[in-house]
Parts: sequence; structure tokens; C-alpha cells
Amino acid sequence: MQKEAAIREPLILGHKTYHDITEDVCRPIEDKAPKMWYTLFGIALIIGLYGVGSILYLLGTGIGVWGLNKTIGWAWDITNFVWWVGIGHAGTLISAVLLLFRQKWRMAINRSAEAMTIFAVFMAGLFPLIHMGRLWVGYWVLPLPNQFGSLWVNFNSPLLWDVFAISTYLSVSLVFWYIGLIPDFATIRDRAKKPLSKKMYSILAFGWSGRAKNWNRFELVSLVLAGLATPLVFSVHSIVSFDFATSVIPGWHTTIFPPYFVAGAVFSGFAMVQTLLLVMRKAMGLEAYIHTKHVEYMNIVIMVTGSIVGTAYITELFISWYSGVEYESYAFINRATGPYWWAYWSMMTCNVISPQLMWIPKLRRSLLFTFFISIVVNIGMWFERYVIIVTSIHRDYIPAAWSMHFPSHIDIGVYVGTIGLFFVFFLLFARFFPVLALNEVKTILKGSGQSYKESPDYHKHH
Amino acid sequence: MEFQITKKAKNVTFGLMGFGLLLTIVGVFMNISDHHFLTRFLASGLISGFFFFALGLGALFFLSLQYATETGWYASVKRVIEGVAGFIPYGMGVLGLVLLVITLNHGAHIYLWMDPKVVAHDEIIQGKAAYLNPIFFWIRTIVYFTTYIIFLRGFQKRSAEEDRIGGTDIHFQNYKKGAMFLVFFAVFSSTSSWDWLMSIDVHWFSTLYGWYTFAGMWCSTMVVLVLTTLYLKKLGYLQKVNDSHIHDLGKWTFATSFLWSYLWFSQFMLIWYANIGEEVAYYMTRIANFKVLYFSMFIINFAFPMLILMSRDAKRNAGILTFVGMVILTGHWLDVYIMVSAGTLGANARIGALEIGMALLMLGFFAYTVLKNLTKSPLTPVNHPFLDESIHHEI
Repeated sequence: MQKEAAIREPLILGHKTYHDITEDVCRPIEDKAPKMWYTLFGIALIIGLYGVGSILYLLGTGIGVWGLNKTIGWAWDITNFVWWVGIGHAGTLISAVLLLFRQKWRMAINRSAEAMTIFAVFMAGLFPLIHMGRLWVGYWVLPLPNQFGSLWVNFNSPLLWDVFAISTYLSVSLVFWYIGLIPDFATIRDRAKKPLSKKMYSILAFGWSGRAKNWNRFELVSLVLAGLATPLVFSVHSIVSFDFATSVIPGWHTTIFPPYFVAGAVFSGFAMVQTLLLVMRKAMGLEAYIHTKHVEYMNIVIMVTGSIVGTAYITELFISWYSGVEYESYAFINRATGPYWWAYWSMMTCNVISPQLMWIPKLRRSLLFTFFISIVVNIGMWFERYVIIVTSIHRDYIPAAWSMHFPSHIDIGVYVGTIGLFFVFFLLFARFFPVLALNEVKTILKGSGQSYKESPDYHKHH
Repeated sequence: MEFQITKKAKNVTFGLMGFGLLLTIVGVFMNISDHHFLTRFLASGLISGFFFFALGLGALFFLSLQYATETGWYASVKRVIEGVAGFIPYGMGVLGLVLLVITLNHGAHIYLWMDPKVVAHDEIIQGKAAYLNPIFFWIRTIVYFTTYIIFLRGFQKRSAEEDRIGGTDIHFQNYKKGAMFLVFFAVFSSTSSWDWLMSIDVHWFSTLYGWYTFAGMWCSTMVVLVLTTLYLKKLGYLQKVNDSHIHDLGKWTFATSFLWSYLWFSQFMLIWYANIGEEVAYYMTRIANFKVLYFSMFIINFAFPMLILMSRDAKRNAGILTFVGMVILTGHWLDVYIMVSAGTLGANARIGALEIGMALLMLGFFAYTVLKNLTKSPLTPVNHPFLDESIHHEI
């Protein structure tokens, strides 16, 4: 039998019973949606539609409507792509890696973090597709037998590896997420009173009966998927980093990129989880399950990954000098002091300095401060990609090929639009899906629930 | 205390030291007339000096990691980690001595940047002189050593205190100090690997180098922790350590092998792909002179643990773990061997009596020191707050 040390803080606050957990998670789905939900959904939808409009205009007109310039063949779009993929890392990290590390606190946040991951990857996938200009031939990125003569994919290109890595990642994340949802859908199905919703949830629940055999298979599949997903967490962003690092462009070609991109992805992913969950726990009354301790743990992850990213920045900076290669040194001097200095210093402030504030226990346990920092980190990580991408290519070897990138209103429209669409998806998820893995949370109630931990029998053996 | 070094263990460790010393002396006589002798002798010292020091340092890092993350399961193997970390002062002594002799010999063709005659004609090294110069090198080395010793002594002191006093104050102090050590270590593990190893190939640079070296060190340490735990269990000690603990240590070995392989691949692939002359030179010298050894080293350290330790049963099987552990420990020693040898002796590098002798000498010394450390305190910490959790560990 497992024992949890007395010194550990409880993960479920108050005096909850198993039934309370079911009630707390299912009620928001069964009740009518609050006005606030409609308001938020409306705003997100309008912004999302504006994005869709921008994309349609772009497809109709061509990518000339973007602010690209001479040597700057990609800028805003790829920045957004990497930003969204990065955000899409936290969910699988929480569900797979933290599962392997037996972190029980993950159970309160894994469901919504995984949902967020999937929606973020959707948004990311949009950018390479629209960058192709001709969306309808998007399937050409797959190595399909064809009758177009010599048309075939280029296996030497990291962009193609991206296609494989991200589609695999998306598939595994989706399956992983869905498998976890099945028992919870069954719980909602069994409680549903209206025939329509009963029908819908019973389709979603795949005939789950809750028998021991069901659970046995459920656990087996979860473990296998966790094993599969863990290398994927590393591979996706490593391969995204290869897009840049396999080149010979100073500022892009550096060996630290793969692990440093992975750390940065986890950093930004957790920040987005914080942004969403801090609002969600309040709006849906889940304060007993997602509380200060969970926020603190996530803040520590943010602090650690932020420090790894910071160490990588400094390492790159130092080695650019140490290398003695003048172009390499210039790439970094230009970043810090060139025309994009403001982007560089925003990145430095948001990503290196702000997570260090989490060393102070009072701050990392403050929900308001956490919310603020989570936004700051998201901004910082966007700037990081912009700095890496644009400052490395806007000044070529001869000054005649020096230019600047300024985003057009279509650039901005597409980006803002993806944020809107992302929230549309997330709000739909929060409305119709169980946002907490309720059956999983029940497994830790007796080991980590406050009322159980505080009862006199809990520590009899001491 | 409870653990006593067996007569057999004493014989074996001293036997290793004696045999290693003998081989080294034979190696010295065989090669002394060779004009590469000094370089080879010191390179061999650097290889084994660094490798075994790193085993201790890896344990200190791993211990801090457990403290900082408030891990529970490790409590019953904590003394093993502390025992390995306790090698740090001795490893430091050997490594420090080797570095000192190298410095006194103007780099001895190991650190070319220490040789004023070379620097005078080399613009690239001149550009790095603000960082790569003997004085600053020694300031850094002394700072690393001092920091490691201070943290090690602190952890040792508090660990003994916890056994006596108990309570949670010491735990929270360790939590803070653990996190603090990780901060220093994050910087020093990179910079020290640039100083001691990367600067051998003085024209070359790679931003990933520090993390790569660190991953190799961590993996080797995990192997040593597994082997030591299994050894103690075989003698009938560590009754509280069950299959699940062994499984967890096995998982760490597996995971860190993967981490190392991932970083090896990242560094190799990116440099190979971009094919920039200044960078690719590093791998060209390795492929020219160490082709078979270099790639077999990668296969040993990657494929071996991946294929064999993948299954749950394998990670709980003492025989398999011991076998795989010994193979990859050798594999990581080979990694350090090539790291040092390719840029120093190149085509003249050999694994002969000198290299094997010094490695065995250090191995015996390391094993004896670790066992000796284990005799100094009870093998299961008495008042660790997570002890009960660890004893009931079951996965």
C-alpha cells in the first residue's frame, strides 16, 4: 500500500466526498451556461471570424499581403506557428511526463491542459498551410504516390520532418485525451436526463460500462500512450528548432537549439495553462481541486524552464563571442542593439527576469501575480521567436540586402484571429466536456484529500 | 556503523588500485622515450580524473534534485547517493593535480591556449584570451571546487543532524539549499566543461557542449547508484529497498541514456547537416582517427540501454541491470576518452597500459572511497520525512 508523507500539502481541499467530485465537475455541463460564457464566446467568435476573414483575403490575394521583405522570406507567420506549437507542449508534458514522474497534482489540470494543447496545435498547423498560398494542394506535403511527374517530398528538409512530427504529435495527443475522457463521458451519460444529451454522451462514451476489464484496459492504454507521448514532447520542438538550426545563418545555426526550444515550449505552455486555469477554476467553482499548491507547482515549472531558457540565451551570447566568428558575434550584437533592440529586450525582460520573481514564495503563491506573469511570459515567448527569426535574416551579408519587417494589418488579423479561434474551441470544451478528469481525481481523494489527511486515523502509524 | 567493508571488497578494490598502478608504471616505462609521452600521460590523467570526479559531482546534483523537488521514493537509497557524492573531494584532488601539472607544462599540448608560443601565432586563440588564460582558468576552477565542497559539506552535516534531531526544519533547509545548488550547477556544469574539455579543441565551439557533457555525467552517475545499491542489497543490507526502488533507479538510467543520446544526436546532426568548416572539423578528426570507436561508443550508450532496459522486468532484474550498467559505464568512459584524445593526440592516441592502468587505479580508489563513506552513517536515514513514503513505495 502507498503512503503519502504528512508533510505534503493536500491536493483536494475541504471535505469532499466522491459524489461531491462528480457533482462539482458535472454541474457546469448540466446547468444552463452563465451569461458570462455567452459574452466571452461572442467576443472570441467575432475575433475568430475576423481572423478567418483575413485568411480568406490572404488566400484570394496571395501572400504579398504579408509584410515580408527582401531577405525576410518568413517572419510573422512562422513566429506564430512556433509560438502556438510551443504552447501546445504543456498538455502532453503534464499528462505523459508528469504521469511517469507520478505527480498526483497533474490530475486536476491534465484534462484542460491537453485540450488546450490540441487547440494550440490546430492553430499552429494553420500557419504553414496558409503560407503555402494554395491551401487546396496542402496534401502535397505528404509523400503520396502521384501522377505529377517528379513531384515528391524532400526528405532532407526539416520542414517535412515537421509535418511528420506534428501530425504524429497531434494524433497521439488527441487519442490520449480522448481515452481519458471516455469514463468521464460515461458518468455524464449516466446522469443525463434529456434524451438528446443522453444520446450524445452515450455516443461519446463508446459504451463504457465501468467494469474491471474496462478499467484494466484503460490503464494499460494510458501507460502505453504516455510512453509514446514522452519522446514526442521532445521530438516536436526539437524538429521545429531544426527548421532554423540546420541552416547556415548566424543566429539560427547553433547546436543548443533542440533542448532549448523544448524548454521554451514547456515554459510557454505552462504559462498558457496558468492563464486559462486561473480563470476557469473561478468561473466553474473548482477552487477546491485547482488551488494555490497547484499554481505554485506550475510556477516552479515556469521558473525552472525559464531559467533553462535564460541559460541558453546567455550561452549563445557568450559562444558567439568565444567562437571568434564575426558574423556570429554581429548577429547577437544586432539583436541587442540593432533596430529590433526593443524586441530583444522585451524578450529578455519577459523570459529571463520575470520568472525569477517566482523564487519568492509569496509571489508564486499569489494568484493575481501568477496571472500577470503568465501573460508576460506568453508575450515574451512570442518575442523570442520573432527575435530569433526576424533579426537573424533582416540584415544579410551585404548592407544592400538590409531591410526591415513590419507586419501588415493582415498579418495582425490572422494572428489575433487564431487567438479568437483558440478561445472559441476552449470555451466550447469548457461548456460541454468534463474539464477535470473526475474519475482520476477520485483516486487521490483518500490519499491526498484534506479531510482525510487531517483525520486522526490517517497517520496512525506515526 | 551498520555497514562494514567486507574483506573481499577490500581485496578487490586494493587489488584494482595495485594492478592499475602496476599497469600505469609499465605504461610509463613503455612510452617514456616517446616524444608524445607527457601529453599522453596527462591526457590519460585528465580522462580518468574527470570521469570519476564527475561521478561524484553527478551524485551531488542528483541529491540536490531530490531535495529541491521534494521527492519521496529516494529516501531509502539516499545514503548511497551521499556515499557517491562523498568522492568529490578526492576526485577534485586528482583532477586538480592533473590540471596543475598541465598548467605548469604550458598546457602540455592539451590546452594549446596555455602555451604562449602557440598563442603568439594564433589570432583565433588571441580573440579568446580574455576567457582562456591560465589565471582566469584557475580562478574559475577554484570557484567551482569551493562551491561544490561547501554544498557537499552542508548536505552531509544536515543529513547527520537529521538522523540525530529529526523534525522538518532540516528538510526545508535542504529544500532551499538543493534549489540553490541547482542554480550554481546550471552555470558551472556548462562553464567547467568548456574550461576542462571544450577548450582542448580550442578553435572549435558548440553551444550544446556543456549540456552534452552534463548528460553523460548524469547517466554514468545513475549507473553507479544502481550498481552500488544492488551490491549492498546482495550483501543483505538495505532491506527497505524493494523492487520498485530498483525499478526507479533503472528508469533513471534509461531516461538519462536517452537524454545523452538525444543531445549527442542534436549536436552531431546539426553540425553534420550545416557542414560549416570551422565546426565540422571537430567530427572530422573523430571520424578520421576514431571512427569505429566513436560510433560504437554511441551505439553502446544509446541502443544498448534502449533495447535492453525498455521492459519493466529488465529494470527490476539485478543481473540485467548490472550487465547493462557496466557496459554503458565503459561506454561513457570511452566518450570522455575520445573527448580528450581526439584534440590532443589525434592519430597517436591509444588505449594502452597507461590509459587502462589509470582508469583501474581510479576505479579502485573510487569504489573504496564510496564504500568507506557508506560505513560512516546508518544505511537508511533515520528521520527523513519521506522515509515512510519511501518504504511503502510500490509501482
